[in-house]
Amino acid sequence: MTLTETEVTRTIDARGMACPGPLLALIGAIRQGQTGDTIAVLSSDAGSKSDIPAWCAKAKHEIVEVVELSGHARFVVRKTH
Amino acid sequence: MNDGDTTLSLILFSGTDDRLGAAAILATGAAAMGRPVNVFLQYWALDAFRRDKVVADHGAAAEAGPGGAALVRAGQAGERHWSALFRQAKDIGDVKIHACALSMELFEITTADLDPLVDDVEGVAAFMSDASSGPITFI
Repeated sequence: MTLTETEVTRTIDARGMACPGPLLALIGAIRQGQTGDTIAVLSSDAGSKSDIPAWCAKAKHEIVEVVELSGHARFVVRKTH
Repeated sequence: MNDGDTTLSLILFSGTDDRLGAAAILATGAAAMGRPVNVFLQYWALDAFRRDKVVADHGAAAEAGPGGAALVRAGQAGERHWSALFRQAKDIGDVKIHACALSMELFEITTADLDPLVDDVEGVAAFMSDASSGPITFI
């Protein structure tokens, strides 16, 4: 199976970071980015699976996709405002 | 009232790295989710915020035992330290850290002795006023 990676504006490799590091990295990137940017966060932290969607719902940014990969997950978030 | 934005207030009494670490995580999570956070430092927690010993080994709670204490210490290394997490929490949200005036007196601590993480000194009534719009948790 060929896995096509969604193209993004910026990728943050937060693998190995302990919770809530990956979420904080995402928040920082969203703040620094422009509206419409897509940010990918790679996280090996189990907490991210609940934290990132919860934060996106609260902050009203769009989860484009979440892909489980080898030992980590790739969260793609669009900055909507 | 939008419950999702309720101010969270944490009273920190314990000065061990595990409890301070837990408090830092809670403050960070609340700040990330847009909730204002007040932290009130009393007793051993206040003492831990002395600028000359913030990153020193503050040990772990009794339930940690010797093995647990080592685990806690390892988990507080470098950027994972509770002080670093509190700094990040202040950066991403509305987090205020207040020193208890009474504890300052008891421990003979002056504002110059405290890490810049501490925003001000308050009496208990002022803190209760800050904390009036949401839940208060004692750690």
